[in-house]
Amino acid sequence: MNYTIDSGAVAWVLVSAALVLFMTPGLAFFYGGMVRSKNVLGMLMQNIFAMGLVTVLWVAVGFSLAFGGTNGWIGNFDFVFLKDITTVGELPGYTGAFALAIPPILFMGYQMMFAVITPALITGATADRLKFSAYAVLIGVWAVLVYPTVAHWVFSPNGWLFKEGALDFAGGAVVHINAGAAALAVILILKPRKGWPREAMPPHNLPFTVLGTGILWFGWFGFNAGSALAANGLAAQALVNTHVAAAAAMLGWLLVEKLKAGHATTLGAVSGAVAGLVAVTPCAGFVSTSSALLIGLAAGAICYLSLALKNRFGFDDSLDVIAVHLIGGLLGSLLLGLFSDTTINSLGADGWFNGGGSSLLGKQLLASGAVFAFSFGVTYIVAMIINKTMGLRVTLDEEMVGLDQSQHAETAYQV
Amino acid sequence: MQLITAIVKPFKLDDVKDALKAIGVQGITVSEVRGFGRQGGHTETYRGAEYNIDFVPKVRLEIVVNDSQVDAVVDAIKSSATTGKIGDGKIWVSNINRIVRIRTGEEGSDAV
Repeated sequence: MNYTIDSGAVAWVLVSAALVLFMTPGLAFFYGGMVRSKNVLGMLMQNIFAMGLVTVLWVAVGFSLAFGGTNGWIGNFDFVFLKDITTVGELPGYTGAFALAIPPILFMGYQMMFAVITPALITGATADRLKFSAYAVLIGVWAVLVYPTVAHWVFSPNGWLFKEGALDFAGGAVVHINAGAAALAVILILKPRKGWPREAMPPHNLPFTVLGTGILWFGWFGFNAGSALAANGLAAQALVNTHVAAAAAMLGWLLVEKLKAGHATTLGAVSGAVAGLVAVTPCAGFVSTSSALLIGLAAGAICYLSLALKNRFGFDDSLDVIAVHLIGGLLGSLLLGLFSDTTINSLGADGWFNGGGSSLLGKQLLASGAVFAFSFGVTYIVAMIINKTMGLRVTLDEEMVGLDQSQHAETAYQV
Repeated sequence: MQLITAIVKPFKLDDVKDALKAIGVQGITVSEVRGFGRQGGHTETYRGAEYNIDFVPKVRLEIVVNDSQVDAVVDAIKSSATTGKIGDGKIWVSNINRIVRIRTGEEGSDAV
């Protein structure tokens, strides 16, 4: 090892890896409660399956493509099936100020949980009509072609966006803009659910959605505070920022909801919290707590207003992945250009409000745009190829009887 | 023998059951149903999208009685299920052709 292992950091990142993994089943129930009962297993299965498939692909080639080598655009095959991970002196790029205090295998394991949940986010947009086999192929290809590339650009110190100076503490671009753009690409090809938008398709089990939100919120401490990769004040700052943003976003969403729709709803409260968590993800270790509060408040209000986009533009984003993850991720990434503060994190940069001028904001725009364009473009092509070969969508009969029965020969609730 | 079917508001079920027991009715079947008559539905909101829910939850009671008990049962249900507000429900009476007690094989009035 070319650097010192810190036992506190190791302990915390080990826990964080577990926390982030827990978010995938949390997401499964967050989404699962919102779909109709005939499709709940379809939704849960897609999310749980990502834990299986993406894990194997990450170990096989994903990690290596994301973090291997010194090229600025893509990794290499140095770490295929994790060869040399226990003997390598340090991971490429993680030197000097970026030296890790944890063993490379733990870094890989922690990053693995991010790679798992990111494609799972897409399932919310494609709910109720995506064929399971097509989904499996889609996320399999995505987990090799798209996620590692974007992770390399933004997270790896050798990545071109990292070198440009764009900041993303825990994955606002790598996870949320990335998944949101991909979701948009897929649903444009998939087309809306039968009956949308006239037919009422209300959530079948909001208690699941609330429970899922609790798990996501809890796990997000691992997602954001764990990204400090250290057991120190920065991790603590990130934890506090994460929590405060979620809370403020919940209130922001509820306020706008009450004013526009007449009621403060349970679904609104949990959706608002998630929007805040998304928006603070790129910011968590770079901004002050009062900034996090404002970022959360803005995310709650703006993501609520973004719900109208799908009706305005006529796309069926079943569970509002675009309004919450794409818009939330974009908002957080751009607001970071305003609120970033080197007194919070000296490895960051100062945003517009902290004397840095428009420089960081420009880099955030570049990173957001590049990630969006790449993810949208590649996903669109992949989805189109899958659609033309095996077909993305279930048949009309299968859609009517529901995914649980048609895709998995199961019924969720035996009456 | 007559089948009395009554649709009542769910929270009135206990009152109706008590009233029927008080006049000697020994068996009732209850199911949870949805429906609407003149009572309208309500709206629900999910993420800003409003849904008109036409159907209202109700409870259906089915009681088989001898002809001589019909009027008493109908009156008991009517007075215990009423709230005076729209959506109180309906009662209808239909003829039963044959009835069998499964355990003993008894038929007719003995099976009621």
